[in-house]
Amino acid sequence: MASITIRDVYKSYAKMQVVHGVNLDITSGEFVVILGPSGCGKSTLLRMIAGLEDISGGTIAIDGAIVNKLEPRERGCAMVFQNYALYPHMSVAQNIGYSLKVAGVPTAERTQRIQAVARILELEQLLDRKPMALSGGQRQRVAMGRAMIREPKVFLFDEPLSNLDAKLRVQMRSEIRKLHRRLSATSVFVTHDQVEAMTLADRLVVMNGGRVEQVGTPSEIYSRPASRFVATFVGAPAMNMLEGEVTLDGLSLLGGSRRLAVSRASLPVGSKVAVGIRPEAVRLVAPGTTGALNASVDLVEELGAGRVVYVDLDGAAFSVMTSEAVHPAPGSAVGLQFSEADLHFFSSETGSRLDVFKASVPVPAL
Amino acid sequence: MVERTPILNFLTHVILFLGFVFCVAPFVIVVIAASHNLKDVNDVPMSLLPGSDFWINIKTAWTTADLGPKLFNSFIMAAGVAAGKVIISALTAFSIVYFRYPGRMLIFWLVFITLMLPLEVRIVPTYAVVANVLSPYQTILDLTGLSWLIEKISGVQVSLSLGLLNSYTGLILPLIATATGTFLYRQFFLTVPDELTEAARMDGAGAVRFFIDILLPLSRNNMAALGTIMFLWAWNQYLWPLLITTDQSHATAVTELKQLIPNVGGIPEWNIAMAGTLIVMLPPLVVVVVMQRWFVRGLIATEK
Repeated sequence: MASITIRDVYKSYAKMQVVHGVNLDITSGEFVVILGPSGCGKSTLLRMIAGLEDISGGTIAIDGAIVNKLEPRERGCAMVFQNYALYPHMSVAQNIGYSLKVAGVPTAERTQRIQAVARILELEQLLDRKPMALSGGQRQRVAMGRAMIREPKVFLFDEPLSNLDAKLRVQMRSEIRKLHRRLSATSVFVTHDQVEAMTLADRLVVMNGGRVEQVGTPSEIYSRPASRFVATFVGAPAMNMLEGEVTLDGLSLLGGSRRLAVSRASLPVGSKVAVGIRPEAVRLVAPGTTGALNASVDLVEELGAGRVVYVDLDGAAFSVMTSEAVHPAPGSAVGLQFSEADLHFFSSETGSRLDVFKASVPVPAL
Repeated sequence: MVERTPILNFLTHVILFLGFVFCVAPFVIVVIAASHNLKDVNDVPMSLLPGSDFWINIKTAWTTADLGPKLFNSFIMAAGVAAGKVIISALTAFSIVYFRYPGRMLIFWLVFITLMLPLEVRIVPTYAVVANVLSPYQTILDLTGLSWLIEKISGVQVSLSLGLLNSYTGLILPLIATATGTFLYRQFFLTVPDELTEAARMDGAGAVRFFIDILLPLSRNNMAALGTIMFLWAWNQYLWPLLITTDQSHATAVTELKQLIPNVGGIPEWNIAMAGTLIVMLPPLVVVVVMQRWFVRGLIATEK
């Protein structure tokens, strides 16, 4: 159990700066997921916490003590790697117990602790096997066991599920969650998979280009994305973004071809905005319905429980997620309707969120 | 792409068989020659049917060249070179691959240069050094005037001397100092995934621990391969042992084979010479047969 405090942390390789001043507080026992596209610096940040990368600037403290200069073993962190990084020449038991062996724990106690960990992870039958003779999921569990046996203050996960097949990933996801509930150790989990991030996180940290874009609970991040990047990155299918300009009577979208009558509140006339609408917040109505935007259907993706309808809005791609039993034919016309409360506004220049709209009424198109 | 047609299969086997015959024919002739008596071996052409004197020839060769102790010497030298080489290459490669320190590249290139300057090229200076290992230091002391200073102050004349001629150490050490093994290890260490190193660091293993617990067990195959190659190479050394062993007690089997080769005007005992050759050939053959499995695995890409 430990808190982690990250202050103004920078990382640069030679002349290239990859992490630009990250500030983050992780409270004791929390499960924090760092989400971001590849190359956003999330793994680098994790590795700096672990002590595998030097910190170019700023400080990282675990339980209030600054660990910048400490070796990984002195920080009390355990890490699960993407490729598991099991020692190929050691048996499962030796793999799990290696850190204890290094620490000089007597054989009897070591065996007992290996047994205990193996019981939790259901690895008891496999203790004598070599990693080569294990399936992906089993290797994953051994890697977890290796981290668990040290009873670390902090668990670090570096995309540990990305090498598993889809079904196993879901299963391991819930196992990690259960394990965390049981051990309640502070955990930091890095992933680029948003479903993984949403389901696992107590708190979610979205990173992009070496900066933290937003920190919050998964539902906060989904319902109130702080920036255009977060809005389009979190949620599948991605949030629709339409470029627009604030006019006297509302909004002009897509260079003036479409207009919406929304209360423009504090936005000055003429300011350029990006309007975001989640595909699941859009309703399909009959074409020509008053107040609906008319569009033509491009493609329908069947998901079983629902379907994603990709439509063409004057050349702009727009997707609608619906659970209703509608099957519009490609090329046919549909109407799109949504309420003002579901609109997200972002500054076209900075990409940051503009909070101006409140009313929960259908937005009439002009 | 692998082609699988009966005709190609047949052709490849024919080529393989021709290669096999090409390689094994000289060996067969040696065995046959070693089984003839003095008259038959000098017949022109020599009969390719084996004679009956095989064991007699072997015995004669063994006693004439005193092969017992010589084989022992050869074995000590070859095993020493193989072991020393495996250890020193692993250590240098470990240092070059896993540590960042000033002068690392300089050391790397110094090691590399020994590839271009094999023992044969630098044999005279090497001999001089082995004759007195401390002579370079003596030279340094003399040139800097330090030995003069010491003599003035303490009255002791500085004369450093440590000769390694006619010793196992002298036989082995210069043969160890080459770069091939270092590169084999370097290439292998570079293929070891970084995550393994990091996992070991997270587990609290320091550099030495990592080297002994993780790297060495992983490079078992490489060690076997390098050990085998070096054993054969050292066993077959001729020039260096010939140069440094003036005393019969440290002569190696390969150099002693010369004793069996008929002199001009002497009795043409080629059957005895061939029998001696067979004996000297045997130990490396055994090593190859025993080590073959690991040897091949060590030279091909490691399974991941």
